[in-house]
Amino acid sequence: MSGLRNVSSNPHVRAKSTTASIMGTVLIALLPAAAFGVYNFGPRAALLILVSVAAAVLTEYLFERLCKKKVTVGDLSAAVTGLLLALNLPVSAPWWIPLLGSAFAILVVKLLFGGLGQNFMNPALAGRCFLLISFPAIMTNFDCDAYAGATPLAAVKAGESVNVMDMILGRTAGTIGETSMIAIVLGACILILAGVIDLKVPGSYIVSFTVFVALFASLTGRTVNGPYLSAQLAGGGLMLGAFFMATDYVTRPITKKGQYVYGVFLGFMTAVFRIFGAGAEGVSYAILLGNLLTPLIEKYTMPKCFGKGGERS
Amino acid sequence: MNKKESAFERLLNGIIVENPTFVLTLGMCPTLAVTTSAVNGLGMGLTTMAVLALSNLLISLLRNIIPDKVRIPAFIVIIASFVTVMQLLLEGFLPSLYEALGIYIPLIVVNCIILGRAEAYASKRPAVLSLFDGIGMGLGFSMALTCIGAVRELLGAGEVFGIRVMPASYVPVSIFVMAPGAFFVLAALTAGMNALKKAGEKRGRDMSRIRTGCDLDCARCGQSAGCTKPEKEG
Repeated sequence: MSGLRNVSSNPHVRAKSTTASIMGTVLIALLPAAAFGVYNFGPRAALLILVSVAAAVLTEYLFERLCKKKVTVGDLSAAVTGLLLALNLPVSAPWWIPLLGSAFAILVVKLLFGGLGQNFMNPALAGRCFLLISFPAIMTNFDCDAYAGATPLAAVKAGESVNVMDMILGRTAGTIGETSMIAIVLGACILILAGVIDLKVPGSYIVSFTVFVALFASLTGRTVNGPYLSAQLAGGGLMLGAFFMATDYVTRPITKKGQYVYGVFLGFMTAVFRIFGAGAEGVSYAILLGNLLTPLIEKYTMPKCFGKGGERS
Repeated sequence: MNKKESAFERLLNGIIVENPTFVLTLGMCPTLAVTTSAVNGLGMGLTTMAVLALSNLLISLLRNIIPDKVRIPAFIVIIASFVTVMQLLLEGFLPSLYEALGIYIPLIVVNCIILGRAEAYASKRPAVLSLFDGIGMGLGFSMALTCIGAVRELLGAGEVFGIRVMPASYVPVSIFVMAPGAFFVLAALTAGMNALKKAGEKRGRDMSRIRTGCDLDCARCGQSAGCTKPEKEG
């Protein structure tokens, strides 16, 4: 009865989803990739994931307690950041790598800019690039008990042939969470079915990447065929980046048109990095660059209010 | 402005109250670019201090002769002369530092701390005070650059002043000797400086002079409308 008398200003109808429920769904969707990583690389992968998530959550908790702010650990976004970062690490990394990376991602990239919603870059990706710049040898050492030698993408770049079926299943060297295309797409389906993400960004990203990579590869005199393109699509962090990082609510454009522009830009940059860059991979830097352009994209794609614009009478 | 100004007060002002790097945030280009090690930071700071003190002195001595309309070019000629002197001295006597600082030595000419002190202080104040103002500002700048350089060298190479201080198992975080590290360390140290100021205020000390960030004559200042400087009322 008292609820009926509650006088309030609008909005009166609210969606049920909360930050915690959305982040919880993302965590569940990341589980297949994480589980496959542990299966593929052994228990050490589980340890790195655990350290990374714990460090991310603990950093957020301690900072907010120390600064006497509201503790926002319960919205699960720190856990998502920690998990995503761990999935981007090679299994041979020492235990303090995820600790440092998560602390940097949460403290410097997210909390110092004002917390969730204020960060201008994806924290997990920025944390990964921080590690990549600081410890290039550790971060690109993909040798482990299960696999020795180059990642499939590096092999493709060197002109060697790779087993595409292995790449789709994930039985290859790489970071903990990026190898299995099947596990990632399974997680992506969960997100799409739950309505957490839609295909605008990942779809335009993957399609434009395919087009640009085919174009650039043929420009540089490679033979572009089915296996080459499937290796480019299944290899490296493209799938993980496209479905779980480029779709980050905070750092992608909010406008519909802007999301397509953003996706195409990411596809273009990733293809440029992979074909013309010194390294084999370029998804992280492409998405971070896209994050930086997001405010600009939003500015030029903001739909006009009804009655605004057009001819002035 | 009408508070007691003495040589000592000027020194303290430059080092703490209006520290050019952490409080005024002037001269960011050399601050970010050359502080890859403590030695480079110190070298840059002391070179700038020498130029700053000498140009402040000379500009103060000439302040009644330089016509107002051409004062900026006149200041720059004076500053550039001292920078050239310093550059040749460094090249002759400290070639390794000269190599390390590179293009940033001639760029001291356009360091806004030097022109700022000439315009805001030396061109209106007696010579001795201006000299000490230059030395104080230069010391503040040197200390700031050395601190930033030391932290970056410590984290990025495990050394301070070229001496290994971290245990052998320490893996250097090389981002700190690259460009992003300069921003991280500068921001962290500035935040630390502000935290110290806040802590001082809590204990009831008068910290109001810190972060006024201005030594201009209020009557001639273009920004006096939005100014919160306490002396404005006085």
